[in-house]
Amino acid sequence: MIQKTAPTAFQEPAGPDTPAAQPVIALRDVTAGYGDRAALEDVSLDIARGSLLAVFGPNGGGKTTLLKLIAGILRPWTGRVETFGLRAGDAARRIAYVPQAELVDWSFPITVWNVAMMGRFARLGPFRQPSKTDRAAVIAALERVGMIDESRTQIGRLSGGQRRRAFLARAIAAEPDLYLLDEPVTGVDVPTEEDLMALLAIEAESGRTIVATTHDLAAVSRHFAQVVAVNRRIVASGDASLVRDPDILARTYGGHLLVLGERAVLLDDAHHHDSPSGSERHFHEQGKP
Amino acid sequence: MPVLGAVLDPLAFPFFVRALAASALVGLVCAVVGSYMVLRGLAFMGDALSHSAFPGVVAAYLVKGPFYLGAAIAAVATALAIGWVTRRGQLRGDTAIGVLFAGMFAAGVFLFSLIPNYVGDLFGFLFGQILGIGIGDLIALSALSVIVLGVVAVLWKEFLYSTFDPLGAEAAGLPVVRLDYLFLALIALTIVISLQAVGIILVVAMLVTPAATAQLVSQSFGRLVSIAIAIGVICPVIGLYASYWLNSATGATIVLVETAVFVIALIVARRPAASSPGSSQPPAA
Repeated sequence: MIQKTAPTAFQEPAGPDTPAAQPVIALRDVTAGYGDRAALEDVSLDIARGSLLAVFGPNGGGKTTLLKLIAGILRPWTGRVETFGLRAGDAARRIAYVPQAELVDWSFPITVWNVAMMGRFARLGPFRQPSKTDRAAVIAALERVGMIDESRTQIGRLSGGQRRRAFLARAIAAEPDLYLLDEPVTGVDVPTEEDLMALLAIEAESGRTIVATTHDLAAVSRHFAQVVAVNRRIVASGDASLVRDPDILARTYGGHLLVLGERAVLLDDAHHHDSPSGSERHFHEQGKP
Repeated sequence: MPVLGAVLDPLAFPFFVRALAASALVGLVCAVVGSYMVLRGLAFMGDALSHSAFPGVVAAYLVKGPFYLGAAIAAVATALAIGWVTRRGQLRGDTAIGVLFAGMFAAGVFLFSLIPNYVGDLFGFLFGQILGIGIGDLIALSALSVIVLGVVAVLWKEFLYSTFDPLGAEAAGLPVVRLDYLFLALIALTIVISLQAVGIILVVAMLVTPAATAQLVSQSFGRLVSIAIAIGVICPVIGLYASYWLNSATGATIVLVETAVFVIALIVARRPAASSPGSSQPPAA
């Protein structure tokens, strides 16, 4: 029963000697979906090491699908997805994935401590039990997210913000080179949003790559450096200031978005697929960061 | 002392001692596997797999082969088939389970009806015959228990992670699909281990009830498993004694004791203050 690699065999994250042109994440002509319904079509995208990148777009627009493709949880129908130069999924031990809060069973009998410890499970492999090193990593992660005092609390008893902190602690404990976060700041209080984003900014500065989905446009422009706008295709990608471009917002949300000064209001998210995809194709543009 | 006598008297019978050992062991294995099972929402799956073992049991009976082998093949095959049909995505899991388990059970009843004068042993298959357990059975049961408990001991972390957060586990590189299939196979093996004790119809109670009871009073997974094991081991012992003194069906008595403990826990346990299970709405911060 030989598992992939022990932690000691980990490749070093791309260091200064690695050419900067080598992206951490590369998608080429990717089409993917569920059953017979395509959620993303013809996506090509490079994400550089150290990016602090937000993926935004309407519900059902393919944000989570993009994240799952990068995580290797979902295989593309066509095209290639690579992370760290390997096929997506083959560099799993360098990736931490945090699912949407709605997908978590909060009644599950598990404490904050054990959620964070799960970040260590994959690198431990079967047979080996958590060691002093693992416990130290979990303590450090819980301290960084400010949850050390809640470590014995069952997750259902936490506030919305604390729940996100607990899951971020799990990601940090895994010591990943790539964070994939599905709606990390949705439904959390402002202090939590500030704390979590400050933490992620530090991770990005130290050369780790952050990719987070969100539909909170205000959060995007406040906290992220790069953005990718997704609505079944990549509508635009580049600097975070793109979210203030009414034209790009209109293309991303298919006209169901009302822009009032700084604020953007979704008018009718449920009907974003009403416009025929043929007309969206004309807007299609694939920029690189 | 009458109480001491009540405890010691039955121990004079080797069949009773064997039954005690067997039922406590079955209770232990069921509690461990059942803890993961209830968290994975597979209670109905347990019921289905035990019924699916029936044609295997009957086939083994017909060819005078080992009953464990027949039951194991039928149950594991059905577990894998259910997993496969569900994963194809056209049918919901419970639909696939409903179809396959009824079909397999019908196959068992059909085979059984071909045996002349079949009614006698049917009761034992359906409701257990732990007082008839032999030393050979006990050895087979112990060996299978070691296999199941060994696999869980090695992979407890992986099973826990993939139960709690399959997406996160898969992204971290755990082989979630293979773990799912392996766990189904473990359920099937556990059912095989338990069949002689409580029979096809009642096995699901041994699997689900101790873990469900523990879930009512547990905030952590370690506590859940510990309490489930305590209930799973103690209840069969109480049930066996009760059935000895009341002269009642042993399997049913064991299950009734477990059910009674569950009902008590249901009444006594404080309802958690947190949001309702499965709620997507975090409590107001």
